[in-house]
Amino acid sequence: MKDQIEHSYEQDIVGDDIYSIRKVIEPHRDDVDHVMKYVLIGIAAVFLSVMLIMPLAVVILNALRDGWQAYREAVLDEYTVKALQLTLLATVCAVAVNTAFGLFASYLLSKFYFRGRQVLASLIDIPFSISPVIAGLVFILTFGKIGWMGDFLKAHNIKIVFAVPGVILVTIFVTFPFVFRELFPVMNAQGKDEEEAAALMGAGGLMIFRRITFPHIKWALVYGVVLCTARAMGEFGAVSVISGHLRGKTNTLPLHVEILYNEFNTTAAFAVSSILVIMAVIILIIRSFIERKRKI
Amino acid sequence: MEQQIVKVKNKRGVRVIPGFGLSFGVTLSMLSVLVLIPMASVFVSVGKLGLREFVDVVFSRQIISSYIVSFSCAFVAALVNAVFGMILAWVLVRYEFPGKRLMDGIIELPFALPTAVAGISLTYLYSDQGWIGSFFDRVGIKIAYTRIGITIAMVFVGIPFVVRMVQPVLAKLDRQYEEAAMMLGAGRARIFFKVILPELFPALIAGFGLAFARGIGEYGSVVFIAGNIPYKTQIAPLLIMTKLEQYKYEDATAIALVLLLVSFVVMLIINSAQIYMQKFSRT
Repeated sequence: MKDQIEHSYEQDIVGDDIYSIRKVIEPHRDDVDHVMKYVLIGIAAVFLSVMLIMPLAVVILNALRDGWQAYREAVLDEYTVKALQLTLLATVCAVAVNTAFGLFASYLLSKFYFRGRQVLASLIDIPFSISPVIAGLVFILTFGKIGWMGDFLKAHNIKIVFAVPGVILVTIFVTFPFVFRELFPVMNAQGKDEEEAAALMGAGGLMIFRRITFPHIKWALVYGVVLCTARAMGEFGAVSVISGHLRGKTNTLPLHVEILYNEFNTTAAFAVSSILVIMAVIILIIRSFIERKRKI
Repeated sequence: MEQQIVKVKNKRGVRVIPGFGLSFGVTLSMLSVLVLIPMASVFVSVGKLGLREFVDVVFSRQIISSYIVSFSCAFVAALVNAVFGMILAWVLVRYEFPGKRLMDGIIELPFALPTAVAGISLTYLYSDQGWIGSFFDRVGIKIAYTRIGITIAMVFVGIPFVVRMVQPVLAKLDRQYEEAAMMLGAGRARIFFKVILPELFPALIAGFGLAFARGIGEYGSVVFIAGNIPYKTQIAPLLIMTKLEQYKYEDATAIALVLLLVSFVVMLIINSAQIYMQKFSRT
């Protein structure tokens, strides 16, 4: 056994492997490296379990604290179902609008060169770096009573603030750059040679997109949609500013959680949260699945 | 020869690919209607407020103290995230171990989990009766409803930023420099600080800045754990909310404008730091 090890050392040195030379110069270094590896993995694991896994466990355990019956009641409550419907509606709208925008904008910015390209790219990123509360405020200042469109909307009897359209609008706003941010780098890296060749051979716009651009961005698009969905269904700050918390009308699922929690109805709050946790976990699973697909 | 002609024409701006007009029109109109026009309202609304009133609002005691709470907590949280994010990225890139894929996936949880849910469950966890809170309570440290609690919530939302910034850079790093340093007799710490860290620094700064900016703006996960005691644990976004509930729209806008300016400056610093570091490491 010992001979074998020594033999392999010699071979490795001949093969100029840096790690085996090191083994000879500093024989204990590997042990120390090993200890360090497990210490670092340990720190990472403890940090993640305290910061991420424990909060998840808290939600699930508290949701089921008063038994299965209480859980079912909280989840199937009329207001919860209505809130879930509004959340799904806002999410679907946000994903549809932002997917369309992401496709057009990234096509524009990656396939054409024009003045102001950089400025446009940073303008699109604005909603990403803004506090959600400010995003909500912005829409109140535009469409609210004091907003410059307020009188016009009142005259035509259109309600946006403290109504469903407002909730949908802010959800679109906060997730605005999500699909674009995923698509743009991929399209940019792909370049435009293939599209140019196709165009010179007589392909039309739709044909070029379907046959050439789209196959390259397929997974990036799915990825962007997933991220957009995650953010849209969980948005709290912005929606909370603009919704007015009307139960059964403009309440989304995260807002419903807040109301229940503030009423000291903790079990119900955690039960409703568990719906969102399940959605989040599904999103994470899809995400890691796509991540692997993209690497291949 | 023909190919060259096409290329020259391209440089002059003749576009071969169809769809410029359509995509330009759609992009610009959607951007204007959904983002730019609403954003412009902030400046219109601030314009209604005179300069004197603006200064009075922005520099009132309550608002100054909320800025201090927001900025200091976000800064500490971003520092914590920089350290642990670095460790996480290192572990995920350099080591193989069971459960690695799970660890890689779960890092994204703060992006996927709604902030309100994170808020109530962190509050429960760190309150006097919670699993972690009760442990610290016995030692005499209160976490929920103090600045420590706010910082923890901000750490939670900022975790993915540093990891996802550092991870790809670390994976691409050429290990031959480390090997060279090792052969020249450098110790582990020296290799890390003199060889690896300078390469990772721009990514680390970018991740730090993003986590910091996110912390300043964060609302959902922080309000529950903050307790919102005036002058002590009131964060700036919450103050905007309070002003809105009192129908003081101008005040809310003034606070928002200051926050917008700060996050703009933070982004500017990150970008210039990155450009500077890139130039620096190339020479």
